[in-house]
Amino acid sequence: MSTLVLDQVSRWFGNVVAVNDVTMTIGPGVTGLLGPNGAGKSTLIHMMGGFLEPSSGTVTLDGEQLWRREEVYRRIGLVPEREGMYDGASGWEFVLANARLHRLPDPEAAARRALEVVQMTGAQDRDVATYSKGMKQRVKMATALVHDPPVLLLDEPFNGMDPRQRLQLMDLLHAMGEQGRTVLFSSHILEEVEQIATTIQVVVAGRHAASGDFREIRRLMTERPHQYTIRSDDDRALASALIAEPSASGVELVGAARDERARGEVGSLHVQVTDFSTFVRALPALAGRHGIRLFQVTPADESLESVFTYLVTR
Amino acid sequence: MNATVARLTARSLLGRRRALLLLALPVVLLLLCALARGLAGPDEQRAAQVLAGFALATVVPLLGLIAGTGAIGPEIDDGSIVYLLSKPLSRMTIVVTKVAVAAGVVLALGAVPTFLAGLVLTGTADRIALAFGVAAAASGLAYCALFVMLAVISRNAVVIGLVYVLVWESLIGQFVPGAQALSIQQWSLAIAERIVGDQAGALGVSSAVDLVGIPLLLVVLLGCTWWAGQRLRTLRLVSES
Repeated sequence: MSTLVLDQVSRWFGNVVAVNDVTMTIGPGVTGLLGPNGAGKSTLIHMMGGFLEPSSGTVTLDGEQLWRREEVYRRIGLVPEREGMYDGASGWEFVLANARLHRLPDPEAAARRALEVVQMTGAQDRDVATYSKGMKQRVKMATALVHDPPVLLLDEPFNGMDPRQRLQLMDLLHAMGEQGRTVLFSSHILEEVEQIATTIQVVVAGRHAASGDFREIRRLMTERPHQYTIRSDDDRALASALIAEPSASGVELVGAARDERARGEVGSLHVQVTDFSTFVRALPALAGRHGIRLFQVTPADESLESVFTYLVTR
Repeated sequence: MNATVARLTARSLLGRRRALLLLALPVVLLLLCALARGLAGPDEQRAAQVLAGFALATVVPLLGLIAGTGAIGPEIDDGSIVYLLSKPLSRMTIVVTKVAVAAGVVLALGAVPTFLAGLVLTGTADRIALAFGVAAAASGLAYCALFVMLAVISRNAVVIGLVYVLVWESLIGQFVPGAQALSIQQWSLAIAERIVGDQAGALGVSSAVDLVGIPLLLVVLLGCTWWAGQRLRTLRLVSES
């Protein structure tokens, strides 16, 4: 059982702050590192893997600093995001080379076992350059497992995988977590993370935005205020009806700009909603009762970035 | 040294088109020398000119550039170096192995063909073949260490290396005597000059730096290897995004 601890870790590249004062503990089980692209997930994983020195703060594995300590790789298995893998070698040769680089007492047996775990023995004699994305991912996984490490770090492992490959890898990661390994993987897709991660760490713009189990994160995300833009044939009447609706917390009448009016367009309503599931059921009924025709109902802030940003600013 | 790192390096270095490129240079050298010998007969002065002007000035540095940068550069570019760096293996071991594999390639395809080219041109007369073979081996080692280091510290190692070999050593070195003091080619010529002995002056085998070239070659070999190892410890891995 191993624990990774980040204590007030920051990392900047010139004037750009990639990771800002992050403190988190990654224990046994599967942890998902969730955040939009460019949030600093890879930088965090590189620091946890000992490839990058924190500009400030400390990253430790069971109390031991990771930076510039080659010996820690006996306890860490890394699945990198990039696909470069010594083309020209077969899957077997590649995993065996990794076993030998670890100076394992019986590298052949270790390579065989790792390829069996990822179910790649059938294609192990093919050149890695001929593998599909999913097969490459599994062979990368085999190289990370070949020395049976207690800690497994995976950088965006599901990128580009088809649904079947995704399920296989999820099963595998789940099994690794069940065995008591400390498994951390990064992703920018909540659904992906919540299917296998027992704990989720959310990172946004280099900051640690939230942590907890997936239900807690899901609740935070769905219960946040939602914004809608609504166009109707009588915005003013709809606004007065909406303000009486408990699931809406604010209504703003927005007039059309001059060029929009010239095109015959009218204004719109910006509605702030506290309980979106009640609101989306109440809105059509309310419009019907008041004889108002709805032309357009658009969620204004449903991008992943805005969801994450809410978690940071809440 | 690590045997697995050496195998992986040799496989990627000698795989596909790079092997053909590496082989082309010694083949051209030997064909050129065979042609010169066939058309003009044995001539020690011409032999020294060809070996200094083509083998030492072009073949060996270009081989060193291709083998030195190719031993580690592509792995850094495509990210596969992570499989070496995520092992309980000292960075210095990785670099020393890379330099050794590159040097092995340059010795086999640069120094040995240079020696053979000398034999083709003049036989064993005045130890010209031996002199240039040893000089090619010594400069090959230094070039490999220099270009492995360049590949670790810069993504533009090949361009920088070409500028050093073609512009600094070959072009500027011809017209600016001071530039020859910082030329691996000139340092290795000091070895050839020493081995040829008294006849060196008459044959045109002369170095701009004299015997100080030998310790300078050692400094480059050891210094660049050490620095590459230090820089590999802090190599920043670039992710896909």
